[in-house]
Amino acid sequence: MASVNLSKINKVFGSTHIIKDLDLEVGNGEFVVFVGPSGCGKSTLLRLIAGLESISGGELKIGDDVVNDLPPRERGVGMVFQSYALYPHMTVYENMAFGLKLAKMAKETVDDRVMATARILQLEELLHRKPKELSGGQRQRVAMGRAMAREPRILLFDEPLSNLDASLRVQMRNEIARLHHRLGSTMIYVTHDQVEAMTLADKIVVLRDGRIEQVGSPQTLYQQPATKFVAGFIGSPTMNFMPAELLGSDGDGCKVKAPGLGELALPQDASGQRHGTDLTLGVRPEHLRLAEARGDNSFEIVNVEYLGNEVYVYLEPQAGDTLLIHRSEAPSQWQIGQRVALVPETEHVHLFDADDRALPLAKAAAAA
Amino acid sequence: MNQYQLTKLAKRVGFYALIAVVMVYAIFPFYYAVITSLKPSSDLFRVDFWLSTVDFGNYVQIFTQKSFVRAIFNSIIVSLSVVFIALLLGITASYALGRVRFRGRTTVLLVILGVSMFPQVAVLSGLFEVIRGLGLYNNPAGLILSYTIFTLPFTVWVLTTFMKQLPMELEEAAIMDGATPWVTITKVFLPLMWPAMATTGLLAFIAAWNEFLFALTFTLTDDQRTVPVAIALISGGSQHELPWGPIMAASVTVTVPLVILVMIFQRRIVSGLTAGAVKG
Ligand SMILES: Nc1ncnc2c1ncn2[C@@H]1O[C@H](COP(=O)(O)OP(=O)(O)OP(=O)(O)O)[C@@H](O)[C@H]1O
Ligand SMILES: [Mg+2]
Repeated sequence: MASVNLSKINKVFGSTHIIKDLDLEVGNGEFVVFVGPSGCGKSTLLRLIAGLESISGGELKIGDDVVNDLPPRERGVGMVFQSYALYPHMTVYENMAFGLKLAKMAKETVDDRVMATARILQLEELLHRKPKELSGGQRQRVAMGRAMAREPRILLFDEPLSNLDASLRVQMRNEIARLHHRLGSTMIYVTHDQVEAMTLADKIVVLRDGRIEQVGSPQTLYQQPATKFVAGFIGSPTMNFMPAELLGSDGDGCKVKAPGLGELALPQDASGQRHGTDLTLGVRPEHLRLAEARGDNSFEIVNVEYLGNEVYVYLEPQAGDTLLIHRSEAPSQWQIGQRVALVPETEHVHLFDADDRALPLAKAAAAA
Repeated sequence: MNQYQLTKLAKRVGFYALIAVVMVYAIFPFYYAVITSLKPSSDLFRVDFWLSTVDFGNYVQIFTQKSFVRAIFNSIIVSLSVVFIALLLGITASYALGRVRFRGRTTVLLVILGVSMFPQVAVLSGLFEVIRGLGLYNNPAGLILSYTIFTLPFTVWVLTTFMKQLPMELEEAAIMDGATPWVTITKVFLPLMWPAMATTGLLAFIAAWNEFLFALTFTLTDDQRTVPVAIALISGGSQHELPWGPIMAASVTVTVPLVILVMIFQRRIVSGLTAGAVKG
């Protein structure tokens, strides 16, 4: 168990700058998840920590040691690969014992460690099987066992569940969460499945183009996204965005006008913005209420999806615009083709400036 | 029987007839060699395709010749050494060429391939100087050296193709487990590369076993010769008599081990040769 400390970390491949001046603190025993769109550098960052890629600039500390120039085996890290990468010709036991034997441990110690790990992961029955005789979930557990057997200070996971089918993924997600509780070890986990990120993480790191967009607990990221990118990335279905014009602001909040919604009084502090500026208004699907249409401010319902426990209603602001989504508990009275008015819950509305940064809450609203 | 069934039958018959032709074409020379070797020398020029009496006289004759037994022994030593050296160098080279990123990798691979295109005669005199310079003339070590030169390109090329296919993550997993490149090669890659090794090893063995030109040029005395040369130099009782019986007996003797080896490894050879053709 150890903390990880990245300061001003850079990674350059040839002439492409992949990771840019990245600072990050991972606490002892924390479960940190990296999310971000494909190609943003999640795997690269993880591999820098593992030691599979060399660091181009900056300092990486594990515990109190600067490990920039240490090979993987001396960093005390274990890694679970996306494809599992089990040694096909070795049994489960040999797979888990391989690293221990290379570390020149006594035979009894190796045996104890493998057995203990196998017990935690319920692999005892499978120790003499080869990987090809295992199911996907079992292979996944062996891959974790191999990484854990050496008792690394940090466990790294690169999209470990992406090769499993949906139901198994939920089950393994659960097992990983329970494992983290039980072992209390520091874990860093890469995924682009935001449900995995939300459910597993103590702390989510949202990456974009090799930079950190926001770091925070799942709740913080969901409720107070720092940028429009994070707001759109976290949450499913995604947040609705609409253009809005700033009409005025004071100590209690601001007033905006959004097409189709009319004038809204919002709790954000827009004092730094000029009146008349174009802002973006963001509302999560569950914070958008529907009402009978009145006047001009109406939207047409173009689709209704029934998911059993909830219903998604899709609205079209104007022909060709991105659809807005409303989400409510089932059953729903709304039908395709109906025209309805939208009523956002103003205390849950987000406002983003022209640079896509979220506007802070006004003091009065924040205090309330 | 209607038209359709008839055509089908005709096609079938045609198919098997074709196979029979191919089989006869491929096997007949060998079959004739076996027959000849089992005939007493008096019957030699009576052409017949079935054996009436079996006579092992030719075999007894060649195996009582000390130089032939010695040649078999030399051939075994030379061929096995070539296989061993070619595989060892091939595996390590293929790791470098297949896995390590370095400048000029493609060039190196192309040069290796290019070298293997040269006919033996082209390098014969140059190689002769090298071997004399190294003091390996009339020494099996000289043959081992020269055969390895010709076997290595093929070995490296096939093994590199195979090595490239092994998943990168497998190697990285080994690195995370603390394996050095040597441990990764021997403990992780080698066990997975048996099919490719069997293929290349066997082909290297066959090439070394059957090689004639270098073996003739680089050896002088009977006790240093390999089998192909020894067979060619088997002489009859008089200048005017070609001893076909013993020659055939010797040829069969040295071919049978190869046939057996190929039979044993045939499935591996196929999987080794097609590796790289289709992504698994
Ligand atoms: N060895 C390499 N050489 C050159 N460029 C690389 C190398 N490895 C990764 N990259 C580039 O770095 C960028 C980030 O890659 P990375 O694998 O970290 O993305 P990722 O966030 O893990 O994406 P995904 O979600 O698709 O796995 C990509 O643009 C990729 O092309
Ligand atoms: Mg990745």
